[in-house]
Amino acid sequence: MLNVKEMLEELNASPYEEIEIRTPHTGVVEFVGLAPGDRVNGPSGKWLERPGTLLANLTREKNKKPICATQKGQVMDIRAELEGRFVEAGERLLTIRHFLSKEEVLGRILKKALHLFCAPERAKYYFVPEIDAKIKAGGEQSVKVREGLDMFIVSRMKRETPLSYSGPEGIIYAVYFQQGDNVDGGQPLIGVCPESQLTLIQDVVSRVQGEWEERD
Amino acid sequence: MDIDKRTQELAARLTYIRDIFGQRENASMAMLRTRLEEFLEQAPHLGMRELSRQVGMLEELFVLLEGKLESELTPMDRVRIVRHPQRICLKDILENVYDNYTEIGGQDEWSIDPGMLIARATIARRMGKKTVHQSVMVIGQEKGHGQEFRNAGSIKPWGNANALYYMRVAEIENIPIHSYVFTPGAFPVEDYPGAAQQISKNLYVMAGLKVPIISVFSEGGSGGAEAIALADKRLMLSHGYYSVISPEGAAAIEGGLKDKATPELIERCASRLRITAADNLELGFIDRVIQEPPLGARPEHYDFFRQLRREVIRATDEVVDSVDGLGPLRGMAIRRQAKAADPQDIFVRWSLGGGARTKLVDRRFEKFRAMSRTACRDNRSLGARIYSGLEGMLWSAHSTLRHDFLARYKRHLLHMLEALEAELRALRQGVGGPLGKFLGLGDGQQRRLEVPPEALERLTLLSCPEEGACRLEDTWVYVSPKSREDRTLTCPNTPTHGCLDLWGPDLFGEFAGVCSHCGHHFPMEFQWYLYNVFNFAQAYEFNSELESSNPLGYEGFDLKLEQAKRQTGLGSACITFETHIEGVTTVVAVLVSPFRGGTVGAAEGEKIIRAAERAMLKRTPFILYSHGTAGIRIQEGTCGVIQMPRVTMAVRRYIEAGGLYLVLYDTNSFAGPVASFLGCSAYQFAVRSSNIGFAGPGVIRETTGVEVPPKYHRAFSALSRGHIQGIWDRREIKKNLHQALLTMGGKNLYYR
Repeated sequence: MLNVKEMLEELNASPYEEIEIRTPHTGVVEFVGLAPGDRVNGPSGKWLERPGTLLANLTREKNKKPICATQKGQVMDIRAELEGRFVEAGERLLTIRHFLSKEEVLGRILKKALHLFCAPERAKYYFVPEIDAKIKAGGEQSVKVREGLDMFIVSRMKRETPLSYSGPEGIIYAVYFQQGDNVDGGQPLIGVCPESQLTLIQDVVSRVQGEWEERD
Repeated sequence: MDIDKRTQELAARLTYIRDIFGQRENASMAMLRTRLEEFLEQAPHLGMRELSRQVGMLEELFVLLEGKLESELTPMDRVRIVRHPQRICLKDILENVYDNYTEIGGQDEWSIDPGMLIARATIARRMGKKTVHQSVMVIGQEKGHGQEFRNAGSIKPWGNANALYYMRVAEIENIPIHSYVFTPGAFPVEDYPGAAQQISKNLYVMAGLKVPIISVFSEGGSGGAEAIALADKRLMLSHGYYSVISPEGAAAIEGGLKDKATPELIERCASRLRITAADNLELGFIDRVIQEPPLGARPEHYDFFRQLRREVIRATDEVVDSVDGLGPLRGMAIRRQAKAADPQDIFVRWSLGGGARTKLVDRRFEKFRAMSRTACRDNRSLGARIYSGLEGMLWSAHSTLRHDFLARYKRHLLHMLEALEAELRALRQGVGGPLGKFLGLGDGQQRRLEVPPEALERLTLLSCPEEGACRLEDTWVYVSPKSREDRTLTCPNTPTHGCLDLWGPDLFGEFAGVCSHCGHHFPMEFQWYLYNVFNFAQAYEFNSELESSNPLGYEGFDLKLEQAKRQTGLGSACITFETHIEGVTTVVAVLVSPFRGGTVGAAEGEKIIRAAERAMLKRTPFILYSHGTAGIRIQEGTCGVIQMPRVTMAVRRYIEAGGLYLVLYDTNSFAGPVASFLGCSAYQFAVRSSNIGFAGPGVIRETTGVEVPPKYHRAFSALSRGHIQGIWDRREIKKNLHQALLTMGGKNLYYR
């Protein structure tokens, strides 16, 4: 059984993720004056088109290449002794401590706690009438699902095919799509959790929502 | 009540003056404000008669000082006048200039583009006791006195497409077009049909529209204005402006795009660009100026509308008169109309006959061909010019003799021989072998197999191992100097495609600047194309003596121009030459990016026009290779922007004569040239990794507030939108060009 409490404690003890920035290939390292504790930003812009903060440059065969931050966070432990030195590929240059946001924490917990049932192709998805009636009457968490249960109607280009659920038995924790909207292939349709863990998960989610302190 | 209204009007006039003069305070304005304030303070204590007297005096003072302020207007003040919400707009003109109208391009916000107003209007002319209603198609941008949905007259591509549709309707119905230009510039989005591509289509079609087109400029912002302003008569309101770029845009470029330009720099740019009606009249880009009331026309100036009506009627009459000879008395009367009271008293039918319609298009071309001819430097000696003129005449005679006269007989002869041969073959098949053999037709199948041995070897052998590496395909005549640098380079697609670093000598030498992993094309020098694609070593360059100059005397530009000439060794951003591509004689024009960003000014325009004329004369294909162009050269002002219609017209004449006009884009091609003579080609191709568009991402963000995705202008995006017809690999350009020469183009090509 999933120990959500333990997981939360673990996350509270280290509310961040450490990203090691390593050299993609050999070359001479040149840092850009960052010091431990400095804040850096990850890629930004609507399409993440603007690269993150410049961390260092790596020169190989007169080809100077920027190494940029991949996540927002705080610089830890810069290996200043590598400045101006030739290094091998995969050498760690510095570490970025990325503090987890509420969404990221919830995402991690739910990823472990829930089974996500995803859309096999881009189409419109509907619940079959029985399940739809149940959801409307008692909410999504009133529906129990099991392997092979006919759950969805996949509607695409004037054809409608049934889709049955596959995965562990449980109840629907959340529905991630709007009926009648197009859902891309691979996008989650529903999240399923064992019935016994429902209250636990709800409790954890509300605790994270209320108590998690965002550091960035 | 009347006094209140008059006082309010005076207050509104004062506010208007303040808006126009911006930050500048002067004695006249101060006096008007003081006198008005004094009057408003005293007003409650004055009797009716005294009030009326004082308001009358104030009104006279306003008229007097407005006249004085009129003489102090700077070009930037005029820009503020045309942008003012109280400025007359197209609806005011429709209401006051025309006798009746029906909007047909949509109604208010329920339109495909509410900024573009299209209407069928009528003008009543007297003919004795009879009244004749003459129809016109009125097309123009509507700014709508601050109606936001009009988008300040900034027209989206589909708005221009709508305008074009109704221009064609006018042509079908044989009625004149009156276009009113009230735009700060086109809305620079690439969504289909695309800002640039649509403007180029408009220009191309207008160049050949067989009905009189009269355009009236109030706010003529570059490409957006050109989309409806290619006209037989171009009138301009005295307080309008017509410019290649807004003064703010010019100032942003002058001051470096990062910082916001200061008001002083904007003022300076407005003066340097020579954007006013008087300037444009002097430069010859408009035919007449219509005088407005002091400080610009507003909707209450009914006299002005009467004058505008007279002017548009007169202009239309003149155009009709110039091509469709009226009776001698009416012709004389029209020519004297400048002094006459009302041109509508003389009746002129505005629908043209067949001959006149063709003549009209020729006249239009001649009119634009003559514009800005002196705006570039011609370094040829007098003798060289005479020689060139004579050479042109000889070529013309030669062309007529060879291609029109002799070619016709040759064609007839060939057709006859062809038919005879076919008959004989049919005869052989019908009567059997001996007769066929006797007639020398032989065994066709066997003869067809007789391929020269070297060709057979070339076609069947895949490699030549005994010669070491088989480098037949990738040895280049010209190798980029960048290949001499011993360094590696990273492909920009590395994060997504995982391309490995490339060694410079390999990349810029053998690989022709193409990433061997993902096919990204690194930019190459224009010389690479000249020598490796266009066989420049054996080419004949012409008109190299035509050089860019500084026709407006733009401050500091002479120095920059000299610098560009020194750095590139060229006189302008355009090289024109005659060359052979796989044996096919071709005229090529190249827009060179290192020379002032490949911008197009009067010299470049003239060179392209002459190249098109040469191609037409010699019956060769015409290829325009844009190694890169940043747009129209802003320092040449309207001398630059006028190249859009000029060159498009020349290109249209060439295409109509039956030639092949092919455009090839490389690196970055933007703005005016793409929105005119480049975009109008039916055969537009791009070198991979090039960018094509109307305005760059920064300008789009600034003007529309929309962020565009990183690959918005890429050639593949342009291909998906239907703006270009294909994308070519740099290493295969020569092969593709040859293929294009063989498969595309009209009837006039000599090698067909």
